[in-house]
Amino acid sequence: MGLLAGCGARVSDDAGSGVGGGTCVDTSGSTVKIGFLNSRSGTMAISENTVYNALKLAADQINSSGGVLGKQLTVLAEDGASEPTVFAEKAEKLIRADCVAAVFGGWTSSSRKAMLPVFESTNALLFYPVQYEGLESSKNIFYTGATTNQQIVPALDYLKEKGAKSLFLVGSDYVFPQTANKIIKAYAKANGIEVKGEEYAPLGHTDFSTIVSKVKAADADAVFNTLNGDSNVAFFKEYKNAGLTAEAMPVLSVSIAEEEVGGIGVGNIVGQPVAWNYYQTIDSPQNKKFVADFKAAYGPAKVTSDPMEAAYTSLYLWKGMVEKAKSFAVPDVQKAAGGVGFEAPEGTVTVNGDNHHIAKTALIGKIGPDGLIYTDWTSGKPIEPDPYLKSYPWAAGLSG
Amino acid sequence: MEILLSQLFNGLSGGSILLLAALGLALTFGQMGVINMAHGEFIMAGAYTAYVVQGVLGDAGLSLLVSLPAAFVVGGLLGLALEALLLRRMYHRPLDTLLVTFGVSLVLQQLARDVFGTAGVDVAAPGWLSGPVEVLGFAFPKTRLFILAIAVAAVVVLSVLLAFTPLGRRIRATVQNRALAETSGISTRRTDRTTFFVGSGLAGVAGVALTLMGSISANLGTAYIVDAFLVVVVGGIGQIKGAVIAAFVLGVAQSWIEYSTTASIAKVVVLALIVVFLQVRPQGIFVVRTRSLA
Repeated sequence: MGLLAGCGARVSDDAGSGVGGGTCVDTSGSTVKIGFLNSRSGTMAISENTVYNALKLAADQINSSGGVLGKQLTVLAEDGASEPTVFAEKAEKLIRADCVAAVFGGWTSSSRKAMLPVFESTNALLFYPVQYEGLESSKNIFYTGATTNQQIVPALDYLKEKGAKSLFLVGSDYVFPQTANKIIKAYAKANGIEVKGEEYAPLGHTDFSTIVSKVKAADADAVFNTLNGDSNVAFFKEYKNAGLTAEAMPVLSVSIAEEEVGGIGVGNIVGQPVAWNYYQTIDSPQNKKFVADFKAAYGPAKVTSDPMEAAYTSLYLWKGMVEKAKSFAVPDVQKAAGGVGFEAPEGTVTVNGDNHHIAKTALIGKIGPDGLIYTDWTSGKPIEPDPYLKSYPWAAGLSG
Repeated sequence: MEILLSQLFNGLSGGSILLLAALGLALTFGQMGVINMAHGEFIMAGAYTAYVVQGVLGDAGLSLLVSLPAAFVVGGLLGLALEALLLRRMYHRPLDTLLVTFGVSLVLQQLARDVFGTAGVDVAAPGWLSGPVEVLGFAFPKTRLFILAIAVAAVVVLSVLLAFTPLGRRIRATVQNRALAETSGISTRRTDRTTFFVGSGLAGVAGVALTLMGSISANLGTAYIVDAFLVVVVGGIGQIKGAVIAAFVLGVAQSWIEYSTTASIAKVVVLALIVVFLQVRPQGIFVVRTRSLA
């Protein structure tokens, strides 16, 4: 599983101390190789194909505007096949055999945890585009999705601001929801919010009658939802059919984006709040261009979502780092990373040189009748990443 | 007490979903000795039929009513094709049918992905099925009552078909003694085909019911196939009444245990209980030698 393999790996100062043999990157010609590693098959393909498309779009754009340091990007794409072990193998192949300058991809935390030792032992770079449970940072990974203090904590602030005095937690039975709920319970305790119940369903669970009965009986002010995948559909259908509404008891979700709304059925989820850092509806010139380019490349019916935007942004951030370092060498890029920024579709993002996450603005959106998400609340300015929640007194003891 | 009753209803409703998924399987597995791993994909085909019908008709209420017979035919035709092309060559070789139909199930899943895309799709429930209804002071989701009604109707129709119609007599005769049935002038080939059509058609109907509950995607069938086999095995192979009892007992047990524990623990406990039960009674609740088939 490799779930524990990366725990406790923190950014250290020995960047460039010459570890590993990941230095076969060839920059002598007019091109440079980069690797995309996404699940093109298996259960995660639904989500990760959209990330691949976003990465491909960014690579094509960068190439047509002159490349990176004057070199055209050659993309080598590998299929992680929704298996953490395959992710680790393919990452090793991309780094050691193909000699790519950086790898972009991964989605599940287990895929990231499986790849982490590979990137650390070869001193190579991974750009990871999905919000995750935090409590990690590695000098070999750049995290361009949200960590908990940029998504879950603002979501709790939002619920508190709206007057929620009690919560019910519903999640899938694996690492992300369990860790997220630990954080939520610590926050609730410090803020006088009562947690009226906590229920986990196995991944792929489809009968939510009992869980919805418990939610209904508990009558909390809001539900915090960390369910993943298909379970969301069964949960929201049951929720609506039990007569519960977004007005009476809102369900705040952290893993439902524009892509998923269609499958759940807009009518079952309209008005419910979700927490992310990007929505397709963001009104900025950068986002309008991103959405238009994406639709032009992949069809007018396609929607853009937070992980897609974070993947797109990650390629431009790498470009920024390389150009600042004037070198493709990993130690140089790591040194140059701090402070590199990009006018991303979500707004201005900046790389934190200490923990390799990026500053992101938190947005709470509500799902509209057209299936798109509209911003209802914003943190107003980018929130500095704090993967170990060190600046939150109530979170002391969580990172262990 | 209130909780007990409401969980009883949740259990019956969960049981009715299990039953719908398992009913056709009880017919094809039980009565014909075919282990049809593609049964789950016939369920998926029924669900996608509902999606297509709704896309064409638009109106959610009308499309639901049209979908039920349409999905029966789609599931039935898929079953007929499977029987005619592959299974008829391997009756009495149950393990071979398992492998072949597993392959077919993978092919059908990929086909669904290619046709309908990898993202899930949604079938909207009609207005008259949305929200809860008050029964004896409790609020029950209307969709679940509707599914319960479909399950009851399917069992009644199937029982009547087996007990009172010429086709039912032919099916029962073929199951009890194929050679004798054949010498009595019954075309067992035709009976096999019809049985498979009906059994697979029921899977299609189950698919339409499931669109009211959860997501429609290529792997919809895999979520139900194992539970459906459990119902058939626990009920006693070939026993419609066994399947009915097993489905509702498993559904109620799951919901009651889940209420006092968690969904994951309830699944484990129910599976453990099944293992213990099959140790005591390996032939299931009912045995095939009791001559009644319905």
